[in-house]
Amino acid sequence: MSKIPLQFRHNGRDVAIFVDGGTNLLVALRELIGDMTPKFGCGQGGCGTCSVLIDGELHLSCLTLAETVAGRSIETLDGIKQGPNLHPLQRAFADNFAAQCGYCTPGMLMAAKALLDRNPSPSRDEVVEAISGNICRCTGYEPIINAILAAAGGRVSA
Amino acid sequence: MLELRKDIFADERDDNLNEIGKGTQRQDMLGHVTGTSSYFNDHKLQGMLHLKAVRSTQAHARIRRIDTTEAERSAGVRRIIRGTDVPVNLNTLLSLINFGKDDEPSLAVDKVRYKGEPILAIVADSEREAFEAIAKVKVDYEPLPAVFDVEDALKAGAPVVNETYPKNAFIYHDVYDHQRLRFGDADAALASADHVLEQRYQMSPIEHAPTETNGAIAAPDTNGRYVVYTSTQALFFSVDTCAKILDVPSNTFHFIGGTVGGGFGGKVDTLTEPLAILGAMLTGRPVRYVFGREDEMQYGPPRGAERIFIKDGVMRDGRVVARKIRAYFDSGAYTRLSSYAAVKCAAHLPGPYTIPNVYGDVYCVFTNRTPATAMRGFGVTAMDFAIECQMDKLANLVGMDPMEFRILNAYRDGDMKAHRREAKNTALIECVQVAAEKAKWPIRDEFRRASSRKDGGGSRAAVPPTPTDSRARPAAPAQQRTSYDRAPVNATREPPRDPPPPAPPPPPPRPAAPSHGATRFSSVFGTRRR
Repeated sequence: MSKIPLQFRHNGRDVAIFVDGGTNLLVALRELIGDMTPKFGCGQGGCGTCSVLIDGELHLSCLTLAETVAGRSIETLDGIKQGPNLHPLQRAFADNFAAQCGYCTPGMLMAAKALLDRNPSPSRDEVVEAISGNICRCTGYEPIINAILAAAGGRVSA
Repeated sequence: MLELRKDIFADERDDNLNEIGKGTQRQDMLGHVTGTSSYFNDHKLQGMLHLKAVRSTQAHARIRRIDTTEAERSAGVRRIIRGTDVPVNLNTLLSLINFGKDDEPSLAVDKVRYKGEPILAIVADSEREAFEAIAKVKVDYEPLPAVFDVEDALKAGAPVVNETYPKNAFIYHDVYDHQRLRFGDADAALASADHVLEQRYQMSPIEHAPTETNGAIAAPDTNGRYVVYTSTQALFFSVDTCAKILDVPSNTFHFIGGTVGGGFGGKVDTLTEPLAILGAMLTGRPVRYVFGREDEMQYGPPRGAERIFIKDGVMRDGRVVARKIRAYFDSGAYTRLSSYAAVKCAAHLPGPYTIPNVYGDVYCVFTNRTPATAMRGFGVTAMDFAIECQMDKLANLVGMDPMEFRILNAYRDGDMKAHRREAKNTALIECVQVAAEKAKWPIRDEFRRASSRKDGGGSRAAVPPTPTDSRARPAAPAQQRTSYDRAPVNATREPPRDPPPPAPPPPPPRPAAPSHGATRFSSVFGTRRR
């Protein structure tokens, strides 16, 4: 199997790796770059825990061929901290108890960031829609929705 | 939002609840929101190999032949592990607490008993190469008749699923093929009841579907030890189970876990660690064995199915006077934790109600289905589903409000429970009252005034005369013995002190006294108390 050279931006930093043909972006990030924040949940695009941003747009890294991100900018949970400080979404998730086992949290946060980056004051319905591709099996959806609304500065109400 | 009702049972507790009612940050929250919480699969080890299982395509079949010739030559294959490579290839999870006989191999040898049962483990340089090799394994099956229904499994002449239990029912204390509860004379009470309602309830298996699938990474460590990163929910249980299966002292292992990506009971079966460690022992390299989503959904153990028959006698005034229950817990092909689930199921009868005549038979049944395991109140949840459906139907039958019907029949402090323990600290009546209030569900004054601490005991505290079953009681042995009872310490099986032993451990025959690190402790259900 021949290796394919691949360059892209990873959380604001240029990276260059060699991938096997057919390698997905999730494997490239976790095993070749060493960024363990995107998680493997299903490998079928069903759970959303591998969600990352590609040029600011939400994508499932398990269904994205690594080769297709050449020259593009990838953002993962590992890159959203602002220096030593938590991103407002991270702070809001912590303050609102929006994580139990924590396994869906990286994907939830990226889905939330994709939403707030394009719509800084979403309605509750828009928040629900934005995380509809992300499964939380601990079923802590209400605190997650409240956290995203809190981060957006919106009112937290039913 | 959280609401503390301090007015209920106010005199039963101190009011200095310093922490209760206040928010406290989780200690792992910062890790979760920054993505730095370390799950088992977040460890990247140099030279890591990948293990995948060849699984049975048959629900019940004899294995005639396994041909691995082509798979061995497949690119990237480092090792093919067979059942004969597993030092102690027979185990049952609860043997660690002296309960149940060893009935499940790590890798099937002579027979497969459910679709998806692991037969071989293939260790390869990459997952892809492991899958490619799996496709080249040829297993020659002789299909056997299979049984998938709990009642069919108990009929005479049913296919024997698991030879350890030839009648397809778990045997308690080496004698009893079910759990039995007798309190009062249910048959006589049913005969004199105003109404009798008999219903059948069925609950399906339920998959936990955690977002993180089951898995483990095992790696040779210094001094002959192995470090194991695992998704287990039951770390010490897994350590001891691995020590038993691999026949080494438990201090051979350094297990690292505790950060689990969702479990809900589906990660207590020690599914992946023994083979991952064995792979590391046989190759000298780190080995990862992680379930794919298909493994998790199809072959990972679910909550066991239950079939429950309830026959109740109720009077026109709403009093339930008799409850007769026959229940079957579907264990699947192996015991795992289902024998314990059936005990919990029986222990839950007749629900939180004071019923003067109770009769219960609960069976733990083997079928050719995926073995069942723990899940959130397993054994109790399905019984509650059945009992509460039944309570609604009974209320309807006698023309009573279902909330009031429950308050009328609720147990109260001082009542005798069917297990011959006095009911204490009961609170069902208060729960129903608050639920009715919250739902704006009108209940009459007399029921609003009812209290768990009033009108209990007295005649309700008596153990009623209970006829013995006409069938002769089989004699129970003085004490349950299983093959896993700790034998006297044998000096030759002590772990060597120096130098540390190199892997792998010696193959079978199985030693008389396994030097695993597990100790026996008494359990409420396994050992007969003297």
